[in-house]
Amino acid sequence: MIWKGLMCFAGSESPVVVVLTGSMEPGFKRGDILFLHMNKDPIRAGEIVVYNVDGRDIPIVHRVIKVHERKDTRDVYILTKVKKIQNAPIPLLFLCLQQTNRHLIESSGDNNPVDDISLYPQGQFWLERHHIIGRAVGYLPHVGWVTIIMTEKPIIKYLLIGALGLLVLSSKE
Amino acid sequence: MHSFGYRANAVVTLAVTILAVMCSMASLSDNFNVPSPTAEVKVLNINWFQKQANGNDEVSLTLNISADLSSLFTWNTKQVFVFIAAEYETPQNALNQVSLWDGIIPSKDHAKFWIHTTNKYRLIDQGSNLRGKEFNLTLHWHVMPKTGKMFADKIVMTGYRLPEEYR
Repeated sequence: MIWKGLMCFAGSESPVVVVLTGSMEPGFKRGDILFLHMNKDPIRAGEIVVYNVDGRDIPIVHRVIKVHERKDTRDVYILTKVKKIQNAPIPLLFLCLQQTNRHLIESSGDNNPVDDISLYPQGQFWLERHHIIGRAVGYLPHVGWVTIIMTEKPIIKYLLIGALGLLVLSSKE
Repeated sequence: MHSFGYRANAVVTLAVTILAVMCSMASLSDNFNVPSPTAEVKVLNINWFQKQANGNDEVSLTLNISADLSSLFTWNTKQVFVFIAAEYETPQNALNQVSLWDGIIPSKDHAKFWIHTTNKYRLIDQGSNLRGKEFNLTLHWHVMPKTGKMFADKIVMTGYRLPEEYR
């Protein structure tokens, strides 16, 4: 039953990510789950976006504070406020990232009084649309702790898999 | 079929399913709320207005913001994130949105507020287009629920204008 529910999520386009740090408190705390969605709509100030910067493998979730949208190429510059996340082991998702528009965006974490420029690679002052993985559209509190524990203490992951294996073996009737 | 393992599995599955259903119902209940917020922003003073060394205009403003956002709160609301953005157009950019101030409203008691502040984030243009520029001040809010879908909307206030000359 749980797996069917997860498969439903997998069939949809929304990826699920877990919040790792407290930079968006009190809104999002460590261990919360965010549902992401990406579509062709232009990125606008105030949206909570998830993005990757070159050189970092963990995506960052922040809020957009500045948008400059070019007339011709539709570049968008984004600055955001910080919040680190990691991908939940729940598989999925494919994002429909449409790259027709380029936006320059600045972002910031709700709990951080400054913008994210320190997180961007040297010489990069803005985010562009191709950096954005998705926008946060929904949220579930605390459910992501399972992922955090399993990642930070891999021994628990092995114990769990071992226990499940034993369960399968011992339940043969 | 009556072993501990099977029973535990059935109970946990049911519990998680019910929890998921309750969370989605909580989120759906937010749709019944029809908010009617009000807001007013006054630009009290242009503190300074300069062109930086890199050629970009920068302006510092003092704002007086008064708003009543209590109709946005439902039982499923954790907090409301509110911010004010200056929006304007330039020859190069179809839209520029620069957040000037933001705040978090943790509960309905704090939803009716009045604040006098300079801009928290710097209003810097891409270029030197701000002299005499007409702009809108938009109050945006993002309702962050205890669980479920987040809502966002805004009030656009027009009629603001920057000075013709640097000061």
